[in-house]
Amino acid sequence: MDLNFSADDLAFQQEVRTFIADHYPPHLKAKFDEGEELSKEDFLSWHRVLAAKGWAGIAWPVEYGGTGWTSVQRYIFAEESARADAMRLLPFGLNMVGPVIYTFGTPEQKAKFLPRILSGDDWWCQGYSEPGAGSDLASLRTKAERFTGDDGKEYYRVNGQKTWTTLAQHADWIFALVRTDATVKAQEGISFLLIDMKTPGITVRPIITLGGEHEVNEVWFEDVIVPIENRVFHENKGWTCAKFLLAHERTGIAGVAASKRGVERIKTIARTETDSFGDEAQPLIANPFFKRKVAELEIDLTALEFTELRTLAGESSGKGPGPESSLLKIKGTEIQQRITELALEAVGHYGAPYFRGFGEGDNEHPIGPDYAHRAAPTYFNVRKTSIYGGSNEIQRNIIAKMVLGL
Amino acid sequence: MDFNFTDEQTMLRDSVARYLADTYTFDARMAAVHGESGWNPHVWKAFAEELGILGAPFAEEHGGLGGGAIENMIVMEEIGKALVIEPYLQTVVIGGGFLKAAGGAVADAVIPKIIDGSAVIAFAYAEPQGRYNLADLRTTAKKDGAGYVLNGHKAVVYAAPWATHLIVTARTGGSVRERSGVSVFLIAADAPGITRRDYPTVDGARASEVYFENVAVGADAIIGTEGEALPLVEQVVDEAIAAVCAEAAGVTRKLHEGTLDYSRQRKQFGKSIGEFQVLQHRMVDMFMEVEQAVSMTLMATLRLGEADRGKHVSAAKNKIARGARFVGQNAVQIHGGIGISNELAIGHYFKRATMIESQFGDADFHLRRFESLMD
Ligand SMILES: Cc1cc2nc3c(=O)[nH]c(=O)nc-3n(C[C@H](O)[C@H](O)[C@H](O)COP(=O)(O)OP(=O)(O)OC[C@H]3O[C@@H](n4cnc5c(N)ncnc54)[C@H](O)[C@@H]3O)c2cc1C
Ligand SMILES: Cc1cc2nc3c(=O)[nH]c(=O)nc-3n(C[C@H](O)[C@H](O)[C@H](O)COP(=O)(O)OP(=O)(O)OC[C@H]3O[C@@H](n4cnc5c(N)ncnc54)[C@H](O)[C@@H]3O)c2cc1C
Repeated sequence: MDLNFSADDLAFQQEVRTFIADHYPPHLKAKFDEGEELSKEDFLSWHRVLAAKGWAGIAWPVEYGGTGWTSVQRYIFAEESARADAMRLLPFGLNMVGPVIYTFGTPEQKAKFLPRILSGDDWWCQGYSEPGAGSDLASLRTKAERFTGDDGKEYYRVNGQKTWTTLAQHADWIFALVRTDATVKAQEGISFLLIDMKTPGITVRPIITLGGEHEVNEVWFEDVIVPIENRVFHENKGWTCAKFLLAHERTGIAGVAASKRGVERIKTIARTETDSFGDEAQPLIANPFFKRKVAELEIDLTALEFTELRTLAGESSGKGPGPESSLLKIKGTEIQQRITELALEAVGHYGAPYFRGFGEGDNEHPIGPDYAHRAAPTYFNVRKTSIYGGSNEIQRNIIAKMVLGL
Repeated sequence: MDFNFTDEQTMLRDSVARYLADTYTFDARMAAVHGESGWNPHVWKAFAEELGILGAPFAEEHGGLGGGAIENMIVMEEIGKALVIEPYLQTVVIGGGFLKAAGGAVADAVIPKIIDGSAVIAFAYAEPQGRYNLADLRTTAKKDGAGYVLNGHKAVVYAAPWATHLIVTARTGGSVRERSGVSVFLIAADAPGITRRDYPTVDGARASEVYFENVAVGADAIIGTEGEALPLVEQVVDEAIAAVCAEAAGVTRKLHEGTLDYSRQRKQFGKSIGEFQVLQHRMVDMFMEVEQAVSMTLMATLRLGEADRGKHVSAAKNKIARGARFVGQNAVQIHGGIGISNELAIGHYFKRATMIESQFGDADFHLRRFESLMD
């Protein structure tokens, strides 16, 4: 056992650090510092730079254009990205449907979709959840009926509704779980379809969330025609793909590197803010009540980090991500939420002003420090992390059943 | 010992509850929040004329109902249940609190206007550097002939965009955090030299940064004793904290009820999610926090007149801040995705609960204050 990076890893670390410093789009950094919402082009600009370098498919095998990095290299990349406040690439194409396609797809599907996922030319969204099917995903009802078209080819006709679909307003494609057989056990009648968002019959409606963001949507399907070659894997075997994908979704969700950066940001804020009590004033970070919470957070984050490293070590010795990844999801999201709690506490009164479409344009009378502007909306928004990706209650059920054998 | 409301108090509660249930629907609230002015003056008028509640804690000789802190508690709990944005707290509890304590000509002049709804008051006390320390003041009021001239910047002044009057804390002497040297002024909101930067708040209200630039006021603007008003400020803020605790009791009650209802309706895995024991226990824990919020509100309200008032008020605020967070977060969690949608009331109760956590001092501040006052 050895905690230190090898000479090769150190050289890699330097390479990544220099690359990010030289190539990270400055306007993205500015937007991040200001806490501004990112446009579609913003999301894609860093993606395109990494794709050109061959660094978009971080966990992808080399034969599909991936990096082929070791788990240590991936860890270094995540660390360096967070250190530079570089955004994380959206997971829907790269971490979700991409791996499903290269694992279960036909040669034609691989050739058609994988390069465009890597390059960022296609924006993907995830069509799993429905109004009636959240935690109980297998109860989904969006229906796909098979028929033979006038051209003699096979198609599905899709009807139903997906919901909570993240950033569907930008999407070119949606990967959707649909019911192709309603007569069998729920999990056995589901298929995995790739659907072009431009197909007639698809309607996207925004859902505005607590911080005022347009981040999620309803996606409606009315007689949407999908060619059969857009089905991944066998008909009625979509659940296999779904489960495979969920396990992948959960590993990244720990977000250790980003949380480390989050803790650093809390410390910076707490060094800037004054704590005033009685006749004394001091930096907030010197307040023992606050400092203890930051310290506990940092300790818990270290425990998460080393648990993740153990999991990664297991993965690189051939074990796929197992139910242990539920632990990373639960602890990782709890920490992300605590970071937002501390940020909101730290900014005091200036957590209250609401800035959306408001705060700009009056430098003479600023409304509190810049770092305060997104504290409350972010705190509200990050409540989502214990709900999505399999809620934390569901994750505990998984550990109870699959790990503890209860 | 008697924890029962009088008949009048029960009537007060029922009439406010009925009025709000009938007219102050979630949709009506959101329409006001998103409207130009951000509040509903008709509601304020109804508070004054139909319900008479703007006079709840004032003496009958001023035209009030002859009540006090308990009446404020009753009204504030209902305000919490309906997520009312209109500034009862700032105008009646805080403005009224200062005027009642100060008495004299200014009280005789302004209290009737509060009661008839024509005076709306905002409390300009916090400053960018001062966090929750009421004495941490850089705003100055310099003696100038018979009157004073004010200069300074007040932070996040709730209700300032709607106010006819501001109650302002400022230094007539002493250094930044000294107990001595603090004075309180009642100033017309449109006095020359006052500028505001208005904005919405995350919990649906409106607030302002308020700047004072050589604002000249007469000697009669002062409330309480010049230079020795900090104890008065602390007393009124403690009364305000008790009122905010009552509001929190109402807010968390609705968060809990709404969650319980939802857990009965929402089905996953072929049953109501309320049948999952882990959620049942969570809702039991939420319920216990709500009940304790009611208890602590009552405790603090009944002890507002005691010598060690501050300790009790801080105990209540600390307990309720922690409870509000727990109840709010879990209400959202148990709602699942729907909980983070801005279209449902539950998220707005959560936002108000979150802002209450830190209003007039967060859990840490009040824990520290309690420790410093503990035997
Ligand atoms: C911001 C956001 C983005 C999202 N993005 C996407 C997306 O891009 N694509 C997509 O398909 N979905 C997305 N989702 C949906 C997400 O996956 C679901 O919200 C999640 O699966 C929970 O489902 P639900 O909201 O219906 O809650 P429900 O399943 O109704 O759960 C409600 C509550 O009951 C609890 N519960 C449910 N079952 C049990 C049980 N057996 N035992 C104990 N407790 C239980 C849950 O933990 C939760 O607290 C997103 C959600 C959010 C909030
Ligand atoms: C100090 C002491 C003094 C006592 N004195 C007396 C006495 O004077 N007279 C007397 O008759 N008895 C007495 N008891 C016994 C006491 O009432 C029992 O211990 C108690 O009822 C629990 O029963 P158990 O120990 O068999 O635990 P179990 O019932 O086996 O419970 C084990 C665990 O399972 C949990 N559990 C059980 N059912 C559920 C459920 N449905 N949902 C969730 N969790 C569940 C329990 O909460 C506990 O954590 C005493 C016990 C102690 C420790």
